Amino acid sequence: MASYRTPLGRARGLGAAHHGASHWLAERVSAIALVPLVLWMVFGILRLASLDYQGAVLWVSEPLNAVLMVLLTATAYWHMHAGMRVIVEDYIHKTLTKAVLLVLNMFVSVLVGSLAIFSILKVALGGAL
Amino acid sequence: MVQLALPKNSRVQKGRHHPAPAGAAKVKTFKVYRYDPETSENPRWDTYDVDVDACGPMVLDVLIHIKNTMDPTLAFRRSCREGVCGSCAMNVGGRNTLACTHGHAETPGADCQISPLPSMPVLKDLIPDLSHFYAQYASIEPWLHTTSPEPQREWLQSPEDREKIDGLYECILCACCTTSCPSYWWNGEKYLGPATLLHAYRWLIDSRDEATGDRLDALEDPFKLYRCHTIMNCAQVCPKGLNPAKAIAEVKKMLADRVV
Repeated sequence: MASYRTPLGRARGLGAAHHGASHWLAERVSAIALVPLVLWMVFGILRLASLDYQGAVLWVSEPLNAVLMVLLTATAYWHMHAGMRVIVEDYIHKTLTKAVLLVLNMFVSVLVGSLAIFSILKVALGGAL
Repeated sequence: MVQLALPKNSRVQKGRHHPAPAGAAKVKTFKVYRYDPETSENPRWDTYDVDVDACGPMVLDVLIHIKNTMDPTLAFRRSCREGVCGSCAMNVGGRNTLACTHGHAETPGADCQISPLPSMPVLKDLIPDLSHFYAQYASIEPWLHTTSPEPQREWLQSPEDREKIDGLYECILCACCTTSCPSYWWNGEKYLGPATLLHAYRWLIDSRDEATGDRLDALEDPFKLYRCHTIMNCAQVCPKGLNPAKAIAEVKKMLADRVV
């Protein structure tokens, strides 16, 4: 069927969403935050390799280590969610498929991220001894 | 989903071969995309053995030579033949460029492949339909917006402020950048693309314009602007040596300035 919509009408489409700047900033800030957090994690893993089970649990229970691990996990999952969202928006064009994938991306990120954070807290608060 | 294979009626088939005239001294083969909407045939690759000593050095010279002496059915756009009108933008050897300023010897290899600008609907042969591209340009309202009373004479601008639009006003809207952008290939319906966004920035930093905020409002959108992932094809192919990717980055910085 021929469309009689004018090219300008098509180009304007639904107009601007008036958001995006904060999201763009948050992607960059989370990327910057991940640099020191990941470097710290590399140091942490090397440290953990030389410890036995009890030592490892004690290391995770230290307030600074526990908090940094939670922050790393939260930031990494948020960043992963944001990156996956951009990929879906780039390549998926069917409205329903796109909506389903965007919601799935959010659910999986929140679920797996929450499980990871809960596990860290469980160890840190003495639940694993 | 992204379409990875062309639909059946768009697959490019082997076309006709046009041999060089007898006695040709220096022959180079040009493989040219042909499509005729009047027939139900698929597009095809025609090959032309051109005596390059008999024509000028540019790809456009070769195309004009083909049309004049070998095959008058070949269709392409051209006008100024000196890189100021942007009509003859096409893909030469896998790279978008202006046929008039691109020497055929610049393309490495024995053959030279010429096709229309990628991702646009093809009207005929090397002629793409650029209606959507022009409409997107019109959608950013590329003219001066003011609410202050008109001055007696011109709107004044300092030489320093005038310098800010250098590297932007030179754009001739040939669409080489926009059609080389993978993000535009996937989301061209909504993403404005490098050429339009470069012009949007040209009006955003014009010291005489009074609608900067409204212009930013109209651009702040996950698709219209933020589909730019700094792939940089735009800056690589621009036949005028401009950098649309930098202009887009500046727009993103202006938008970030509004929230922090």
